[in-house]
Amino acid sequence: MSDSKPGPEASPELAPEACGEAETGACPVTGEAGGPPAVPSLERPPVTDWRTDWDHLDPRWRDNPFPIWDELRKGPIARTERFEGAWLPTRYADVKAIAYDTEHFTSRRIVLRHKKYEDPPLPAPPITSDPPEHKAHKQVLLPFFTPQEVGKLEPMARRICTGLIEEFIADGRCDAAQQYARHIPVRIIAYMLGVPVKDSDLFIRWIHEILEIGIVDDEIGKNATKAMRDYFRHHIALRKEGRTEAEPDGPEPDLIRVMMDGSLNGVPFEENHVLGTLNLLMIAGIDTTWSSIGAAIMHLGQHPDDRRRLIEEPDLMPTAIEELLRAYSPVTMAREIKKDVEMGGCPMKKGEMVLLSFPAANRDPAMFPDADRVVLDRQENRHGAFGLGIHRCVGSNLARMELRVAIEEWLKRIPDYRVVGDVTWSDGTVRGPRTLPVAFG
Amino acid sequence: MKVRVDPERCEGHSRCHALAPELFTLDDFGNAAAIGDGAVPPGLEEKARLAVANCPEYAVEIVEDAE
Ligand code: HEM
Ligand code: SF4
Repeated sequence: MSDSKPGPEASPELAPEACGEAETGACPVTGEAGGPPAVPSLERPPVTDWRTDWDHLDPRWRDNPFPIWDELRKGPIARTERFEGAWLPTRYADVKAIAYDTEHFTSRRIVLRHKKYEDPPLPAPPITSDPPEHKAHKQVLLPFFTPQEVGKLEPMARRICTGLIEEFIADGRCDAAQQYARHIPVRIIAYMLGVPVKDSDLFIRWIHEILEIGIVDDEIGKNATKAMRDYFRHHIALRKEGRTEAEPDGPEPDLIRVMMDGSLNGVPFEENHVLGTLNLLMIAGIDTTWSSIGAAIMHLGQHPDDRRRLIEEPDLMPTAIEELLRAYSPVTMAREIKKDVEMGGCPMKKGEMVLLSFPAANRDPAMFPDADRVVLDRQENRHGAFGLGIHRCVGSNLARMELRVAIEEWLKRIPDYRVVGDVTWSDGTVRGPRTLPVAFG
Repeated sequence: MKVRVDPERCEGHSRCHALAPELFTLDDFGNAAAIGDGAVPPGLEEKARLAVANCPEYAVEIVEDAE
């Protein structure tokens, strides 16, 4: 379903200096995607020309972005006047160059909204931090996310997965996105942060309001951000009174405590910094990992050969996980242009935005031969699903562990299954299945 | 054959360590270094090549022994 077909061949090649201006005005990519209707709140004028008017909230992008990117990769960096003016690189080399270039591109805004609100935007260190502060903002977190530390959470991840499967296995069918994938990362990050796991549904709702609806509805997004900040304020206040609502067997210290005690050059982190990081840890780890678990289960349901191979050759699992992360990368970030710069002949102006599509980079055939095919034993795979350069995902080791355990436990109990019915996808910054009906047994 | 990690480039994706734990170690922040002097014991050459081919930051290098 989401395996892309190559886009239509005959598109006008554009001179680099054309920068987004198509000669014909005709849309090179039409009617590729089927799928369900758009989420009503995100309805927008349909895109007529992806090179000059792209929009990652268009339902065709949401349902099947691959042919769109394939087409755009043949020309200069694409342009849109939506989002108050933005650029869209789709080649691996361009995405990487921008991710590395912190002189011209700042991370202070990392989500593309229909219009930019708040100046300066609320910080969420380290993802919104630039050098030189970025390093210290990140280092406070890193020791809790090494493969070794994350390995300690593996038994818990397994218990969560087997418990979830137990709830639906007798039914012979389930929605693998809603009843399985969705619940795994949220419970683990709640545990690590030091908040009650039973609040999980609340977090999922806030994140939906921030990452999806919030892109076009400022009020809803802002209110959810505020609710989340108030939530953490409450849990910080509890700790100041010597109390906590963390899970009784939770980690010592938990991440709330780590941030409360954090400092830079002997100066304690400001409240804005602490709350920003805590909000980020909650937002960054949930929809993202939910999306990759869902996409992996979808792929293996639609490709029985791959599924059988993975069951017969369990040693392939780590390589296969990386390949699924590459092919179904969920996370697209953005940068704000800090200083005028020219890239590939395109004049990028200070204040404009760039959509940084790691998913498009990861499907670039110049970097990955046979890029649109999932090759479970791909030997050379420098994918950027977790970003490239200094903002490499803090949670990458955690996400990998969760993804691996979720697939292992699923295949153990449900080795034979198929996708039955429409898969629907999320909108915006994080792309993954939000309904995934499967049948087994 | 020896492996080497460029600490300036390494961003801690830990791909090298996952593919070749015999050759790479991670520090407390998850950044990699070659174990010992980076010498690749016989039989691990292929793993060393895989580590190079999967580092997204091009931080892992193979240095062939000077004859
Ligand atoms: C499959 C799951 C995940 C994917 C694909 C993913 C992807 C990404 C990407 C692409 C970035 C780079 C952002 C940029 O360059 O602007 C990033 C950063 C980040 N991610 Fe993840 N992520 C995932 C899971 C997680 C988890 C589980 C956590 C844990 C809490 C997490 C926490 C973070 C943080 C804190 C950053 C900021 C790092 C920095 O700016 O230095 N992520 N992630
Ligand atoms: S794979 Fe590359 S970036 Fe990752 S830890 Fe190893 S050397 Fe560092």
